[in-house]
Amino acid sequence: MNNKVKKIIPQLITLLVIIFVFGFFTYNAQMNMDNRGIEFGYGFLKQESSFDVQFSLIEYDGSHSYARAYLVGLLNTLLVSFIGIILSTIIGVIVGIARLSPNYLIKNTAAFYVEFFRNIPLLLQIFFWYFAALRALPLPQDAEAWFGSTYMTIKGYYVPLFVWNNLDVFLYSILAAIISILIIRSYAKKIQENEGKQLPVLYISLGLLILLPLLSFVIGGVNLEIKTPVLKQLSATGFIFEPALSLPPELIALVLALSLYTATFIAECVRAGIQGVSKGQKEAAASIGLTPRQVLKLVIMPQALRIIIPPTTNQYLNLTKNSSLAAAIAYPDLVLVFAGTALMQTGRAIEIVSITMLTYLSISLAISALMNWYNKKIAIKEK
Amino acid sequence: MNKLNFLKPDKNNLYVYVYTGSVLLFISIFDVFLSSFFNINVTSYLPGPVSLLLPLIVGLFGLHLIRIEFSGLKYLDLLNKNINTSNFNGALTLLIIFVIIMATPPSLSWFIFDANIAGDTKEACTGSGACWTYIKVWLRRFMYGMYPNELQWRINVSFIILIALAFVGYFSGEKLKKFLTLYYVIIYPIIAYILIYYLISGGSFGLEWVETGAWGGLSLTFIVSFFCLIFCFPIGMLLALGRRSNLPTIKYFSVGFIEFWRGVPLITVLFMSSVMFPMFLPEDFFMDKLVRVIIAISLFEAAYVAEVIRGGLQALPRGQYDAAKSLGMGYWKMHIFVILPQALKLVIPGIANTFLALVKDTPLIFVVGLMEIAGMLGLAKTNPKWLGFAMEGYVFAAIIFWIICYAMSKYSYNLELKYKTER
Repeated sequence: MNNKVKKIIPQLITLLVIIFVFGFFTYNAQMNMDNRGIEFGYGFLKQESSFDVQFSLIEYDGSHSYARAYLVGLLNTLLVSFIGIILSTIIGVIVGIARLSPNYLIKNTAAFYVEFFRNIPLLLQIFFWYFAALRALPLPQDAEAWFGSTYMTIKGYYVPLFVWNNLDVFLYSILAAIISILIIRSYAKKIQENEGKQLPVLYISLGLLILLPLLSFVIGGVNLEIKTPVLKQLSATGFIFEPALSLPPELIALVLALSLYTATFIAECVRAGIQGVSKGQKEAAASIGLTPRQVLKLVIMPQALRIIIPPTTNQYLNLTKNSSLAAAIAYPDLVLVFAGTALMQTGRAIEIVSITMLTYLSISLAISALMNWYNKKIAIKEK
Repeated sequence: MNKLNFLKPDKNNLYVYVYTGSVLLFISIFDVFLSSFFNINVTSYLPGPVSLLLPLIVGLFGLHLIRIEFSGLKYLDLLNKNINTSNFNGALTLLIIFVIIMATPPSLSWFIFDANIAGDTKEACTGSGACWTYIKVWLRRFMYGMYPNELQWRINVSFIILIALAFVGYFSGEKLKKFLTLYYVIIYPIIAYILIYYLISGGSFGLEWVETGAWGGLSLTFIVSFFCLIFCFPIGMLLALGRRSNLPTIKYFSVGFIEFWRGVPLITVLFMSSVMFPMFLPEDFFMDKLVRVIIAISLFEAAYVAEVIRGGLQALPRGQYDAAKSLGMGYWKMHIFVILPQALKLVIPGIANTFLALVKDTPLIFVVGLMEIAGMLGLAKTNPKWLGFAMEGYVFAAIIFWIICYAMSKYSYNLELKYKTER
């Protein structure tokens, strides 16, 4: 009896406090909205937004709805996160391995990089790239070509425009190649387990990956036109490059800062992972006659990845959340477009902030669910 | 004399190889040195790419020649082992050396030789380097924000008192040691609050009132980080205990709370505190912007602290819990005297990382209109009298933050060593 009461009372108190706080907030919100004459609801999402967004992946202008504006912001956020994740992984893995190099200079350069970029607030780094470094770039008319026909200017990075015909056929051919590679791999594994024969999976995969898209060009009706940027005069002093794909400086600054900053954390994860595999494993693998490549592929990497992947996914999540700092330099991401401009126009603070938070929350929860599933799958199955 | 084979250096003609190699290496480094420090290109008569790559090739060959295993020369072996194990490593070594040599003159001249610090207008900056005059003129703003100049002694005095009080622990006698936790967790924050409320904010005792909107710069960074650090730690500890509790309501509340705050970016939390939170309060109820921001950041970081502490709690062996219970300790007694001291010791690095993240997150408060150092830089940058010095400002702020964060991480490393106990 006594024990039971001891368990129930704290729970009851917690519950009451939660209910009281929520009730208090809802009551106030109701009163406040009544006073200002706003009604709670998500109907405003269908209204015409009547504001423009500078950079959008999908077609959008002021005549579209707020829901569409939300989608534009979300896609821009995902774009930054995607590029950032790829770049930071590349830099992070290289730096992480470099920190374990026997070469004194390489080791310390990598350590310097990590200590330097990790200890400066990300916001300052974004500001630095955007307001200081990228502002020192030349105007379009003075820009010199990089790699033949791309131009880095103060107005953005101009790259050649790819004009596709029947892009979908090309994408399907790549998808088909990936699926057939997966099938062949599982088939080859089966053969190796049953008959001990090894198929040259790598060459077959590479062949498929080149051959199928090539076929789509030859018989699928796909063709690709590359338009190189040419300087065009708009007014007496205004120049731009056309036809070209222009990456806005906001995007470049954001991606640079995010990937350089996150790469330091990924580098530490990679280093910890590789150091976490005990030396005995390597020696044991070598002693049973595996080649160095096999040792790396079959013994070291699977164990290191088990240590590396969970914290690295965490960093990817952090990068995605940090991409919301875009609002500080006016890159039109979810926070700026939706929680900024749309909120200013509609004044629907509760709805908009809650949608924005829910979006980030669902991205995070989805990725952590995926992570937990993966962790369970690769966990060492002990007997 | 043995036969010389320059593609395969060996020990037989050790000195021939070592001297030739060293000379080649010296030539390559000297060439880069000349071209970057004195702008003399010795090989300008060669075509562009060759002239560019020549030092690398020469240096690489030199390194190849001196790569002799077990030469018996102490320094040569040390050199080979550390920076010259293979051709690839040698090439990377050379590249790094070249980059350092080439980057030194421009950065030195930007930072020091071509920089200006004299005068107090933009016109004083004539050199091509940095304009430190800008920092000098704006220094008060970067440190104290819009806080009135003649009242800034109040911030200084309160910070000095607080720092002095923070060191009480070092000088207290053995008898008072047991009260230290109480002091740091409860008394010290209260003193800090009173000081900041009466001295920095003012409004009573004949001190002029300064609204929080005028606070800013580095001092605001310190104030926000300080209070958030103090609040987020106990909240995080309670959440961690809640998450491990076997009472379902408390457990699921903690889980939900932690996962919610960890899943959203800080910037949306700050947005919430500034635009959504006032809607949830009674209409005539006023809460200062700074207070709202501190609450928001504390709750946000508390979720991260909670997860770190939970890691420590999980790492403790069950025996500790069982032993404490078998001595007849209750829940709170067990946690305060047995579990938490050990768990917290385990997670010092994790907590330090969270605190570092907190300090690095403080510039974000600019989204609600509070001007700490990054915000003041933005303001100074757009001042029509001082256009075009964004670089100096950000470099200055980066150096300050770097020093703070690096010192914190080194301090946490020392703490970790100090409290490391064998198990």
